[in-house]
Amino acid sequence: MGGSVSHDLPHRHSRSRCRCRSGISGCVVGLTVIDLACARGGVTVLAGVRLTLPAGRALVLRGPNGIGKTTLLRTVAGLQPAVSGRVQADPESLTYAAHADGLKAALTARENLAFWAAVHGQGGVDAALTALNLTALQDRPAQHLSAGQKRRLGLARLLVTGRPVWLLDEPTVSLDAASVALFAEVLRGHLAQGGAALIATHVDLALDEAAVLDLTAFRAQSRSHGGAFDEAFA
Amino acid sequence: MTALLLRDLRLATRAGGGFGLGLAFFLLVAVLVPLGVGPEPALLARIAPGILWVGALLACLLSLDRIFALDFEDGSMDLLAIAPIPLEGVVAVKALAHWLVTGLPLTLLSPVLGVLLHLPGPGYVWLVLSLALGTPALSMIGAFGAALTVGLKRGGLLLSLLVLPLYVPTLIYGAEAVRRGVDGQGAPTALLLLAGLTAGAAALLPFAAAAAIRVNLR
Repeated sequence: MGGSVSHDLPHRHSRSRCRCRSGISGCVVGLTVIDLACARGGVTVLAGVRLTLPAGRALVLRGPNGIGKTTLLRTVAGLQPAVSGRVQADPESLTYAAHADGLKAALTARENLAFWAAVHGQGGVDAALTALNLTALQDRPAQHLSAGQKRRLGLARLLVTGRPVWLLDEPTVSLDAASVALFAEVLRGHLAQGGAALIATHVDLALDEAAVLDLTAFRAQSRSHGGAFDEAFA
Repeated sequence: MTALLLRDLRLATRAGGGFGLGLAFFLLVAVLVPLGVGPEPALLARIAPGILWVGALLACLLSLDRIFALDFEDGSMDLLAIAPIPLEGVVAVKALAHWLVTGLPLTLLSPVLGVLLHLPGPGYVWLVLSLALGTPALSMIGAFGAALTVGLKRGGLLLSLLVLPLYVPTLIYGAEAVRRGVDGQGAPTALLLLAGLTAGAAALLPFAAAAAIRVNLR
């Protein structure tokens, strides 16, 4: 398990599992995106995206609504294929968090976390609950948590996956100022341990380790709705 | 994988999980049929294998759209797709969980309903055996249909239309096994074909269903 695995999208999970039980140092950390073009609903929204994310760093994606931040994150995570270009990363090092937190309403906060920890073969549920200030709420069913508390639980899930590269889509939605600060602290701790994060957000997380990438520069040219139709009948 | 199975079973048995819904439906079908066709024992005995099999099949259909739709809506499917367990395994485990909360209880309840429908004595063993061998195929085929329709809003009806024709062979061999068992003429042949259908579905459909989910996640 030496160098990073280069995979042509759509990537499947490699059967060679990267075990990260002893912290996150065992994994190949880092992410390189080369000339990536990605599409949403059949329309290419971003083209020629290049970025490098080394261990211990965060990269904040910015750009107006609809520029393709979510599409880029989903493509990098391997949830959708790229139009062209490549993502170089170990698929077993990535984890993704978006608007939907993957929580089950009928399960308690602890049961939700314990499930994701078990799926990833990890422990650390207690530490994750403590890190996001959820210990007092651990036995509440997720359906009785507020939107912000659910979000915090969804973010605690990142810790129990044991995966080093976090792909975060608007992680601070519905969090209050104190929770945003708490999450920034968790993120800082993760980066200090050699993790990395690619974050689409409009909120300033006050991270010294973070660089900013404006996606407006990669907007795909002249690929609008019905373009082919118009050309065919021109 | 075990964690996923336990979670699905726990979700099914908690409030709002829908456990028992299919079972109650199965019971109602078996109670309504004698009311509809009249209480003649000879007639009921003749149609009992078919009615019980159709009832089990429809009860199974009732909860199919929940297999993946709930996980799809709350984002769990995205996270499971990038989790260390292969998506084919996720599909197989979820189909197994579906069978454990619908097919297995249906199988266990069926002798009681056989009494309601005047199923002749030799038929009970074959009824339980045929349901035990056939209902896993219903869950697996259903999981494939659910995977195909998972991205659709209100895909339930389309799911039924897709899946019911695929249930035909299972229904034919299942009901035939019970009928032959009642008549005492070589039920094992039909049972073997039924077991073959289940084995084939369990071996091939997880891959097809996982491929369908990957497409629907885009």
